[in-house]
Amino acid sequence: MMTNIDPITLTVIQSGLQQVCNEMDLAFVRSAFSPVISEALDRSDGIYDKDNGELISQGELGLPVFVGTMQFGTQCVIERAKNLQPGDVYIVNDPYLGGTHLMDVRFVKPFFYKGEIFAWLANTGHWPDTGGAVPGGFSANATEVEQEGLRLPPVKLYKAGVLDDEILSIVLSNIRIADQRIGDIKAQAAALTVGEKRFTELLDRYGAETVKNSIKELKKRAAQQMRARIKEIPDGLYEGEAFVDSDGVVNEPLRIEMKIRKEDTELYFDMSGSSPPCLGPMNSVIATTKSSVYLAIKHIFPEVPLNAGTFEPLHIDDPHDTFLYAKYPRPVSGCAAEVSQRIAEAVFSALVKAIPDLLFAAPAGTSGNLCIGGYDPKHDRNYVMYVISGGGYGGNSSGDGLSNGCSTIGISKTTPVEVMEQFYPVLFEEYSLHQGSGGAGKQRGGFGVNYKIKLRRGTAKVSMVMDHGRFGPQGVLGGSDGGVNQVKVEQNGEPYIPEHMSKDQNIIVEVGDTVHVSTPGGGGYDDPFLRNPELVLHDVKRGYYSAKQAQELFGVVLSGRENTVDLKATEISRARYSVG
Amino acid sequence: MTQIVGVDVGGTFTDLVLFDTKTESVKISKVPSTPENQSFGVMNGLESVGVSLESLDALIHGTTVTTNALLERKVSRVGLITTRGFRDVLELGRRTRPKPYGMTGSFECIIPRELRLEVGERVDCDGEVVEKLNEADVLTAVKQLLESGAEALVIHFLHSYKNDSHERKTEEIARKIWPNAFVTRGSALVSEFREYERGTTAAINAAIQPVLHRYIERLQEKLKEEGYNKDLLVMQGNGGTVSSGIVAEDAVKTVMSGPASGVMAAAYTASQSGFERVVTYDMGGTSCDVGLIVNGIPQVTSELEIEYAMPIHVPMVDVHTIGAGGGSLAWVNDAGLLQVGPESAGAQPGPICYGRGGNKPTITDANLVLGRLNPDALLAVDNPVSLDTVRKYLVEEVGTKLGLQDAEEIAAAILRIANMNMAGALRLVSLARGHDPRDFALFAFGGAGPLHAVALARELGIPKVLVPMRPGITNAVGCVVADVRHDYVNSINIPLTQADMEQVEQLFYRQIEAGKKIIAEEGVEIQELLVIYDVDMQFQGQTHILNFSVQETRLSRESLQSAFEKAYWDRFGVELPEIRAVLVNLHTAVIGRRKPVPLAALMSAKEQKNTIDECRTGNRKVWFESGWKETPVYKREFLPVKAKFNGPAVIEQLDTTIIVEPENQVEVDLEGNLIISL
Repeated sequence: MMTNIDPITLTVIQSGLQQVCNEMDLAFVRSAFSPVISEALDRSDGIYDKDNGELISQGELGLPVFVGTMQFGTQCVIERAKNLQPGDVYIVNDPYLGGTHLMDVRFVKPFFYKGEIFAWLANTGHWPDTGGAVPGGFSANATEVEQEGLRLPPVKLYKAGVLDDEILSIVLSNIRIADQRIGDIKAQAAALTVGEKRFTELLDRYGAETVKNSIKELKKRAAQQMRARIKEIPDGLYEGEAFVDSDGVVNEPLRIEMKIRKEDTELYFDMSGSSPPCLGPMNSVIATTKSSVYLAIKHIFPEVPLNAGTFEPLHIDDPHDTFLYAKYPRPVSGCAAEVSQRIAEAVFSALVKAIPDLLFAAPAGTSGNLCIGGYDPKHDRNYVMYVISGGGYGGNSSGDGLSNGCSTIGISKTTPVEVMEQFYPVLFEEYSLHQGSGGAGKQRGGFGVNYKIKLRRGTAKVSMVMDHGRFGPQGVLGGSDGGVNQVKVEQNGEPYIPEHMSKDQNIIVEVGDTVHVSTPGGGGYDDPFLRNPELVLHDVKRGYYSAKQAQELFGVVLSGRENTVDLKATEISRARYSVG
Repeated sequence: MTQIVGVDVGGTFTDLVLFDTKTESVKISKVPSTPENQSFGVMNGLESVGVSLESLDALIHGTTVTTNALLERKVSRVGLITTRGFRDVLELGRRTRPKPYGMTGSFECIIPRELRLEVGERVDCDGEVVEKLNEADVLTAVKQLLESGAEALVIHFLHSYKNDSHERKTEEIARKIWPNAFVTRGSALVSEFREYERGTTAAINAAIQPVLHRYIERLQEKLKEEGYNKDLLVMQGNGGTVSSGIVAEDAVKTVMSGPASGVMAAAYTASQSGFERVVTYDMGGTSCDVGLIVNGIPQVTSELEIEYAMPIHVPMVDVHTIGAGGGSLAWVNDAGLLQVGPESAGAQPGPICYGRGGNKPTITDANLVLGRLNPDALLAVDNPVSLDTVRKYLVEEVGTKLGLQDAEEIAAAILRIANMNMAGALRLVSLARGHDPRDFALFAFGGAGPLHAVALARELGIPKVLVPMRPGITNAVGCVVADVRHDYVNSINIPLTQADMEQVEQLFYRQIEAGKKIIAEEGVEIQELLVIYDVDMQFQGQTHILNFSVQETRLSRESLQSAFEKAYWDRFGVELPEIRAVLVNLHTAVIGRRKPVPLAALMSAKEQKNTIDECRTGNRKVWFESGWKETPVYKREFLPVKAKFNGPAVIEQLDTTIIVEPENQVEVDLEGNLIISL
């Protein structure tokens, strides 16, 4: 039986565990080399159960998609771990062993307290490259995981605190721009050391028994809290769907079918009706699939704290034989960045029918990964340049969607243009708001971004894995879909549009060639004809929509050089369309 | 210089302190702030201390005019002229959302889109002109903005930190027809890369410039009418002062000057008492502000984000605001766990004990129930509420949900959790800057700071707590002790092995000259000139920088390399001989030290008693973690210098209460500060 722990001590231990993780996050970010980690915050640190790897606590500023995956990844390490000593650190990036894509490299370390393993500390960081066919790792048309890069099973990179040079040299010989990775490796391991120190202090202070019991109780409490929120949803079956443009190889959309059954305090997720496994890299491994459901629910109920208990009332059937349960050697490079966001979107689209006030229309939901890799003759060096970009968020009951929000699964900031131009031989010709891309609605979607990059020196290869090029982010409750993602490459003045719209790889560009990307806007929320005409006028003055769009999308007629709303004409125009 | 006045305008009160250095006496006043026009409060304060403005030697003013204007968005209409293709940079930001979880929220750019215009021009990252400035475009844009009613103008071009010729030319054209002085050139304010942050800083500057200008002009007129003919000095966010004649030019630098002056006072006071490493902790009604002082100097940052997506990249005293104050609410979440904050009862209804209709327990209510606050001496009470009523609400609103019936037990729990949250935030603030809080003293001020300071210090392993003589007017004291200060930053951004160290020295030299020149022009009387240099470095490929001080301007590559390696090891415990170091930025702070102020004058010798026993005004039962204790209550003003006594103790003074725990020792130092040893 559980010993009685007073609720105050519980709160104290909960904050204490959280602080251990926050300090690991902080140490990792501030000393990392990969800009994907240091600027884009594409990493996560946490504490996991010593026996089953269940999540005990995770840093508040960790990348949302790692919420669920890291406990699965830690489980896989525990199953394989042997002869553990203090100071051991496993490195692993195998997607099928509780991972995401190969670029997310996990460090997993047994945490010893008074000579015994008390828990596991782990972190994940997105490395800029792990080898494979495409610089940066986002292959758009790989058909086997081997083409995507170096795959590491769990191996001890540090043995009793000493870095294994032999394993290190294997890793460094198989990845691009290897010289800086030693910095990330040290930063990633040092963050775990920080965690070890702080966790030990916490245990010294409150006692191992109290902390152990608190962890158990906190899990129970988180489940209780999640159940309290779920209970507010009316019982019933809610269906939603979302589409991935294509798998990058076969130009057909992939469908996610999301059936959510709400019964009392539990949610049951059935995705078995989704498309079968695909040839290209848009398969999702099961850890990522589950994690995407978790993070979608966390976006809806953000105040519920994170530990294994949070997920207890969420029952996800393994979607066997679909592209959401990829097995070796299915390629998976698109799963963490794109498919995960479609899964979240499918959850949103199902639950908006149940609790419209808490939900929102679909966000842009793509990480917008664009990668340019090449050789810069001026500086005599190879480079891999990542561009990520945001898009509009969906309208919601309380207001319009945000413009240029970050991906659903991320919290990453973009790198400033002035920084990218310093590092890479490119010139940005534009970085602007994607006008008209916000889906019309009573509360409209936010806007995406347009950017245009010109190559200034050398030759380069352009690859991209994005989404929502075929279908815009879904509008809800009568709102329109957001604008679609568009990519156009100009080679020697000739436009080239990728066959798969949002995915392609190794497009050769020369000096003067350009890449032009427009990202999606968010979906609209509720009937656009109910939008306050003054707000529509305001949007036209800002240049978000043209006067023509104001009339076509919102039924609002402007007059007086587009300075005022013609109320009468608006009324007539709205009445006419509504009847029709 | 004999008579100096510091006046700080806060949300509720305008605090004023008058130092007379000849007679070594002090006058203090606290009058209600007048938010619609802060100058009324300032004039009322001056009147209430009865100072003759003609004989006044210096007046230093801390104002929240710009901070408030910004947070309430009561700003001027600003127009932007920027590089073709980039007018939306300021609206799009860097792809963020307000919180990690939750897909809602909004952001409004400070310059409306229709007032953001583009002109043909482009400079690359090396400063080479890719496209010549189209001057005809500029003229058209300026005219169009004027027609659209823009009052202030921002000129912001890509890579202007590297080559500002296009910005300068544009400024020249604009100034010829712009009807006022409100023209902000991005690179003049911040000479660092990152277009969103530099541009936003410039936009904020322009938006509050006219507001500040009008305010200062009005205040000066009034002062003049009353016979004050000397210059008015205004506090800045970097903790220094600037002459009112030029303050509006860089208006953005006055944002957050209130918290900065508090930290300045702390640095000055602590330093006189022999503490050079200090965590400052200012707790008020809704939040607390935390700052760091290392080697007697308040830590400065250039990366403040005043609210979501509103970065200000000019050097400012690094103050972190934590959402915990006396009014923070205690509540029980769905998991049955007690939480404190971040929601606050605010001024209305405020804590239960204020009698303004509040029925939700706050930190202040918990302190009251635990005997830490004196129910008869609460300042802000409208209708007295009985302790039993407060206890009743504690049980009803919080206790029953936790299965606790004892109001005192509930109050103790609230306190414990509030203290732990604050301690955690304090620890992260210091760790994020690479410092271990155990090496510091805690300087507590604000109405609620001294109530919690000892508990926080215990939680953090901080050995000593310092409470200044007048914790409630610390910001006003900060105005009086602040130096004249100007900060400069230049981006270098090249590997150290390729750095031209002569050029580095020259850049430092130019920064120093600029600082000296402006200080001379301001004409403020100073005692000595102090120059502080530091550099930002990183390993090649990193995006974060590490800032550390250097002692001189003539640096060798080797010395800089080893200083960087050491700073990096201290901060991260990592050595990276494999990777090249990069010199990113050079910073100079040129500081004009003003004449020292006799802090001891803040004590009133008349009131002091001879023995501790005489200082005692009574006893009451107070809750400590070790249980309830009959605790002596002392009156702060009675305590003589060099007095020493042991805890437990409650020390009451007009604007705060200090809790001393049973194991602590208290000492009053020569300046009247309380030094509490844990």
